[in-house]
Amino acid sequence: MSTINTNNPYGDSHKHHILSVKVLNRPGVLARVSGLFARRGYNIYSLAVAPTYDTNFSRIQMVVDISATPLEQIVQQLFKLIDVVEITELDPRKSVEREMLMASIEVEGERRAQVVDLAGIYEAKVLDVGSSSLTISLDDSPEKLDDFEELLRGYGIVESQRTGRVALPKLEREAPKGVTKGKAS
Amino acid sequence: MSAKEILTGAEALIRSLEMENVETMFGLPGGCILPAYDPLLRSSIRHILVRHEQGAGHMAQGYAQVTGRPGVAMVTSGPAATNMVTPLCDAFMDSIPMVCITGQVATTAIGTDAFQECDTIGITRSVTKHNEIIMRAEDIPMAVRQAFHIATTGRPGPVLLDVPKDILVNTMEWHWPTDEQVKEALPGYHPVINGDAKQIKAAAKLLLSSERPVLYLGGGVLKAHAAEAVKELAEMLQAPVVTTLMARGAFPDNHPLCYGMPGMHGTATAITAMQKADLLCALGARFDDRVTGKVAGFAPDAKIIHVDIDPAEQGKVRKPDVPIVGDCRLVVEEVIKAIKELQAAGTAQVDITPWRSRVNGWREQFPLVYEQSEPGERLKPQFCLEKLRDHAPAGTIVCAGVGQHQMWASLFWQFNEPYTWVNSGGLGTMGFSVPAAIGAKAGQPEKTVWAIDGDGCFQMTAQELVTATTEGIHVKIAILNNTYLGMVRQWQEMFYGERYSEVDLSGCPDFVKWAEAMGCVGIRVESPDEIDAAIERANSINDRSVVVEFRVEEFEKVFPMVPAGAANDDVLLHPTQESRREFLK
Repeated sequence: MSTINTNNPYGDSHKHHILSVKVLNRPGVLARVSGLFARRGYNIYSLAVAPTYDTNFSRIQMVVDISATPLEQIVQQLFKLIDVVEITELDPRKSVEREMLMASIEVEGERRAQVVDLAGIYEAKVLDVGSSSLTISLDDSPEKLDDFEELLRGYGIVESQRTGRVALPKLEREAPKGVTKGKAS
Repeated sequence: MSAKEILTGAEALIRSLEMENVETMFGLPGGCILPAYDPLLRSSIRHILVRHEQGAGHMAQGYAQVTGRPGVAMVTSGPAATNMVTPLCDAFMDSIPMVCITGQVATTAIGTDAFQECDTIGITRSVTKHNEIIMRAEDIPMAVRQAFHIATTGRPGPVLLDVPKDILVNTMEWHWPTDEQVKEALPGYHPVINGDAKQIKAAAKLLLSSERPVLYLGGGVLKAHAAEAVKELAEMLQAPVVTTLMARGAFPDNHPLCYGMPGMHGTATAITAMQKADLLCALGARFDDRVTGKVAGFAPDAKIIHVDIDPAEQGKVRKPDVPIVGDCRLVVEEVIKAIKELQAAGTAQVDITPWRSRVNGWREQFPLVYEQSEPGERLKPQFCLEKLRDHAPAGTIVCAGVGQHQMWASLFWQFNEPYTWVNSGGLGTMGFSVPAAIGAKAGQPEKTVWAIDGDGCFQMTAQELVTATTEGIHVKIAILNNTYLGMVRQWQEMFYGERYSEVDLSGCPDFVKWAEAMGCVGIRVESPDEIDAAIERANSINDRSVVVEFRVEEFEKVFPMVPAGAANDDVLLHPTQESRREFLK
């Protein structure tokens, strides 16, 4: 599996796109999707999967690298999977995006107050408190998460985990850009 | 179906296959698939017992390619399933409709590394159009219906159904899903059949306004039964036609507009016509690397019309100017209509007679050639093929393995009818021809089937001739025995300074004795004066399979040749033609 690339593309909309892929909610579907990406050499930066409100379907939201492979080709190859029902392309400039970060930071004394302060500024939550550490969570735009993570790093992150990003089209006054394509063979 | 009918999963499986009008299937039983072989005894389906599961897969492919109906193979779990991977991948690459049923360990044992367990679904995921494991006996009819629907519609391909043993044993209430229920259960599968009207009109305009058009036919023409429509289009435009390795026979070789096969070992004319064209109309073709050569140097001045049923083929290799997603036959028929409308409205076709005479000039200058052997020397493989071709009854089906003999067969045979050429194009599976020929003969028992094979290929799958003998499926095998892995040897000669590494097969068995041991007639041909009588004898034998071994020249090379990675402009011509290269300008 070569599909997870840690090189952070967030914020560069020329390099990445978000695909929201509605699939049948059944065993093996994620393997089909990730297998396709591995086989064809496409890159996924992040991935979030959950059932939709209609539990017959799941939605896979993924940030894909479009610097090496045209988005159109990725979309058409995905469509060939029988279990893929619908694909929506979300242009990052025309969608609202959220991602969550959890981080444990080893801090004591004065520095702990500084981290709590910082969390307050970013409207992050303190989830857990240890004798010499804190676990903080923040859900926000991926760019904000980048900033926050960068600042926390100065205090010593023991462990951190980000979710894949999820997104919905912006409710613009003109027609939204999220284009739903027809299904193909 | 008023009364409730309770069947085992195995009975439901076999009945489902009967409901799908399966007449012939290929397979080999084993532990996990055992329950399915019991109701088979009472079935109308003819089951052909192979000697190796790979054979069952290639037979199903050969059957599908000459009948247009899905080939069906059934084998057990574990090693049988892994032996099926090559045929599945081959069928996937060449878009051959095929349904494969594999046994699986009982649902309770899945994931425990049970005897003959393997992750068949995981292993075959990337070599099938779709695959499913059936987890309830009552799901069998729907799964089978879906499998046939998916395998045969859109871009055809192989579908695998994995059936655990307990599911075959469990009972279910028999039912047969309707077309609507099948479609409802596949909300993500809607192949596009009809081309976009605007694009069809754009294609018609482009075809009429181009000075140097070439129709580039791929295997999709055959899959879509579009040969007649394509012929009408070619004739109305009087445009040159080239047929790829997968499309041989889709347009008659004896037609004046046919310029043969393009690509790495294509004719100089077909290659050059594409290079110089100002319009390539690709019909069911996928711009394979063996056709394009170096993509950046491929048909540099050509606009592209690309008709393909698979939207993912549009722009995969070459960006089309007019992409049309749809069934090749329907689209071509619409394009013909659009051309007629344009012509009726006063749009005349640009005069392409200068282009055609240029292409005809190349054909005159660069015919397929080889140097005949001197008395006492070994036979030339091309000579053997010409003889086989000239003696073959009308409608003969030709199957090939992979390598030099395959290229010579494609080049030197004359394919004047569709569905008479069966080979492994995309995957290039050595050993394909013997089982594929048996499958083809099972599907078209009235036709003569010749497998053109190499000595390397034959040694990979020859055991299936035992199947042919016991099943009474009489095929004819021509082995062009050059005692080498010939194509690899050719590359080592040309690109590795004649350093021959592991290509010498001169320790080959006695093919005549081997053939006889398998119940076939074995014939050896060593000199030109034996050849006519030997082929006539082979053609006259109808109660046994025949293996004819032709001892051919070891160092013969396939020409023309575009070296790997080179642009098609740099095609290497036959040495006797190189001095005339300037005529290809």
